[in-house]
Amino acid sequence: MGGLIPGASTFAGPIDSLFMVVLIVTGVAFVLVEGILVYFLIRYRRRDGGKATYTHGDRRIELTWTIIPGLMLFGLALYQYNTWIDAKIFMPGSDALVVDVSANQFEWEATYPGGDGLMDTPDDIKAPINILHFPVNRPVIIRLTSVDVLHSFFIPALRVKQDAVPGRTIMFWFEATQQGEHDLACAELCGLGHYRMRGQVTLESQADFDAWLEDLEARSQGN
Amino acid sequence: MTHTTAAEHHHTTPVWEGIKTVKFAIWLFLASEIMFFAGLIVAYISIRYSDPNWLLASELLSVPLVALNTFILIFSSVTMVLAFDSAEQGDLQKSRYLLLATAILGIVFLSIQGFEWSDLMHEGIQASTNLFGSTFYTLTGFHGAHVAIGVIWVLSVTAKAFRGGYAEDHLGIELAGLYWHFVDLVWIILFTIIYLI
Amino acid sequence: MSTATPTAATHKDYRYAPVSFWRRYVFSTDHKIIGVQFLFSSLLFFIVGGLIALLMRTQLAWPWQEIPVLGQYIYGSTGNILSPEGYPALVTMHGTIMIFFFIIPVLSGAFGNFLIPLMVGAQDMAFPRLNMLSYWFMVPAFLVMIFGFFVEGGTAAAGWTSYVPLSALPDMVPGSGMGQTMWIISLLLVGTASTMGAINYITTIVMLRAKGMHMFRLPMTIWALFITAILVLLATPVLTSALLLLLFDRTIGTTFFLPEGGGNPLMWQHLFWFYSHPAVYIMILPAMGMASDIISCFARKPLFGYKPMVFSIMAIAGLGFIVWGHHMFQSGMNPVLGITFMTSTMMIALPSAIKTFNWLGTLWQGQIHLTAPMLNALAFVSTFVIGGLSGVFAAATPVDIFLHDTYWIVGHIHYVLFGGSLFGVFGAIQYWFPKMFGRMMNETWGKVHFILTFVSFNLVFFPMFILGAYGMPRRIADPYNYTFLSNLQGTNQFMTISAYVLALSQVILFVNFFVSLYRGRKAADNPWQANTLEWTTTSPPPLENFHALPVVYRGPYEYSSPEVEEDWLPQNRELVPAPAD
Repeated sequence: MGGLIPGASTFAGPIDSLFMVVLIVTGVAFVLVEGILVYFLIRYRRRDGGKATYTHGDRRIELTWTIIPGLMLFGLALYQYNTWIDAKIFMPGSDALVVDVSANQFEWEATYPGGDGLMDTPDDIKAPINILHFPVNRPVIIRLTSVDVLHSFFIPALRVKQDAVPGRTIMFWFEATQQGEHDLACAELCGLGHYRMRGQVTLESQADFDAWLEDLEARSQGN
Repeated sequence: MTHTTAAEHHHTTPVWEGIKTVKFAIWLFLASEIMFFAGLIVAYISIRYSDPNWLLASELLSVPLVALNTFILIFSSVTMVLAFDSAEQGDLQKSRYLLLATAILGIVFLSIQGFEWSDLMHEGIQASTNLFGSTFYTLTGFHGAHVAIGVIWVLSVTAKAFRGGYAEDHLGIELAGLYWHFVDLVWIILFTIIYLI
Repeated sequence: MSTATPTAATHKDYRYAPVSFWRRYVFSTDHKIIGVQFLFSSLLFFIVGGLIALLMRTQLAWPWQEIPVLGQYIYGSTGNILSPEGYPALVTMHGTIMIFFFIIPVLSGAFGNFLIPLMVGAQDMAFPRLNMLSYWFMVPAFLVMIFGFFVEGGTAAAGWTSYVPLSALPDMVPGSGMGQTMWIISLLLVGTASTMGAINYITTIVMLRAKGMHMFRLPMTIWALFITAILVLLATPVLTSALLLLLFDRTIGTTFFLPEGGGNPLMWQHLFWFYSHPAVYIMILPAMGMASDIISCFARKPLFGYKPMVFSIMAIAGLGFIVWGHHMFQSGMNPVLGITFMTSTMMIALPSAIKTFNWLGTLWQGQIHLTAPMLNALAFVSTFVIGGLSGVFAAATPVDIFLHDTYWIVGHIHYVLFGGSLFGVFGAIQYWFPKMFGRMMNETWGKVHFILTFVSFNLVFFPMFILGAYGMPRRIADPYNYTFLSNLQGTNQFMTISAYVLALSQVILFVNFFVSLYRGRKAADNPWQANTLEWTTTSPPPLENFHALPVVYRGPYEYSSPEVEEDWLPQNRELVPAPAD
């Protein structure tokens, strides 16, 4: 974010540009405030023989610098509601791929729908530990849970993060837009192995994804 | 020069527009206690209403008995108020016995509460058995602890009253009363949310 | 007490009053001594918390490397290398110690205690013995927490936030049995101490002000400590209730927070943050108040916008109770709450912004003296601004999806806490040292300390925003395990080396402090020519603070007043109108 980690999901555009908007607003505020501070320190350095200007304030300026920043902050809040709603309240429809992810100390386990295309059926396929594949250009819904303590599913490139809570299944979604290999990190302290709870995420074409899944299915049936 | 603390420089309790400093401080203390019970009560409500199969206290325990206990505690607040009132009107003898009655009623409350606890344990529900038990014992336990401290406080005020104290300044009785009424109020809330609804 | 005018003999009297050392310096009910007790213990824990941070920084720069010589003493049975279990424990104890044993006690316990009676014109706190008790509840808290280092399994290792279920079940961090329980008990004791102090402070400020000291003639330091005490009074009990429920889950088999018993892990977060968000204002407001007083004094100008400043502090405190969910945006909490908490969080930036503008207004057309206290107060303002602005990013809920639990937040926290509160503390120490101890600290070394600290502080903590933008998670013992972080070791090493410089710079402050205690230049009553009441009495004040209780005629910021020739005008100075000719 901020240009440092290229985004690979449909969220990246809105989230990264929101970051830039905040950066510009706060950047301007920063330059103004710090600039004025430094300027005043130089300009009003004590000189012998003078007294400071005796004033207790100015109501008009007080109102100005209350109302304008207030409106800007409130406006900034309003501006973001849709992005948030889209990311966390909206849920894609039946064209989405549903994947179960279970976090535990200290690994990720993904379960994919099998040949019938449905989850929670006997032909569901468990991926190898810490290996996750997702197709690009198709919404993916993750049903996230934990078997022990809190964890957090964080794929920086996709701009997704969701805490995994034991006793609950939390659904969230994303749509990847570019193929590539990325890390999945745990972003909630979960014990002494928290630092090594790394998943490997492959974003690939639907065809490659299907092939991978078939391969998994074949191997699990072969055992 | 004798070494005296700053407090000893004041011969009377400092006042501000009619409220004594110590009384002001007791109100602050009660505000913090309200927040403490609020935390526990909010936790209880959140736990209870996320469970559709919550055990009802009315089915496990005797609501009439606890209702009687509630009445006893309310009545003890009445005796407490009357104790302060009598002192203010100069009837110190009456005030002493009303204070004693308050303490005794408090002890009765705690005894019946203890009986409730043993009743529930005989039904097989301990703090670790389920969330009903956990919340029940925690809420009533902390409340009971506050009542016990209140009983000790009222007893010590009673003892001082019997030794001739509070002849001029009845603040001590009033302060114990404030705490006592607070403890009573918390019970009314707990009784309602645990037993009645 | 004699009514004779204060003389050197009277001044000396109280020092040699016939009480034992223990009653005079250890079990004292004198708010000034209790304040100094809090100051010394806080500074001790500042060192402990800081050393722990250095260990963390060392690990992040050179993970799993042997630490020569000292390593075997620090890391015990694992040889010279930090064990994987060690890092989460360090993280936990750094946060816990800095928050509960350093910054809150130094601001409220040390400066609150020392300054409140003096600045309101009282002889002591409303309840001196309760005051003593509040310090003595801290001591078992210290001991219990430290004891946690030595029990089997070591200290708590679930973060200072102690999220459940990690903190609720002993087997979640192998061996962390007693340590986590000790942590809980220690915090229960700290909470009790804080609450006692809060009751005392509020009562003293409301009830014991000197004649003429109307509420709107109180210095900002007092307003800030007053509002902070209200926050402590109302928020701490909720933490107490949460800690007790957690204690029961750990010890008597309840399942308030454990899903397998029907409990809700998120409920811990709600209860915890309901306290801990107001807590961050507890950690900054007193510093804001003190900075206001210091800036006004050394700009020789009235504080710009005194009433807006007071109302801003009230707004920060009030809003502070309705923003706690911004710590939980990604927690699984109902996302609709993300909208409400985002809105309230955005708005809480406003009163802080207003305060910043008013500080600038105070400097405008002033006669600015860049003394060591002033430089530190200005550093407070400049770094607090960065901390606050960085918070706007995290408040932006969609951006928080990326930034939550990354180093961005660590940068934000430290800019407001170190940049803000700690520079405020540095300023306050150097400003009020003469009043506390009757001697001046060395001004030159104060400036050297300031420059080194200011530069190295920024070098350590600003890169954290970059690390956060890269997505580097918090509390990770070895970031380079992740491909997307593999090129960040250089940055981390740079930060660590800067951290060593930052730590060494503090030695200057400590040496300055302790040497000045014995060899500093004797201080006058009012070395800064300041207006507030503590400067109208001796340095240090006599036991009863004022030989005669002051009477107040004006507010605390009458610098450069046209009514007098000097550029300062104390609150208690009576101006007799010139006789008509």
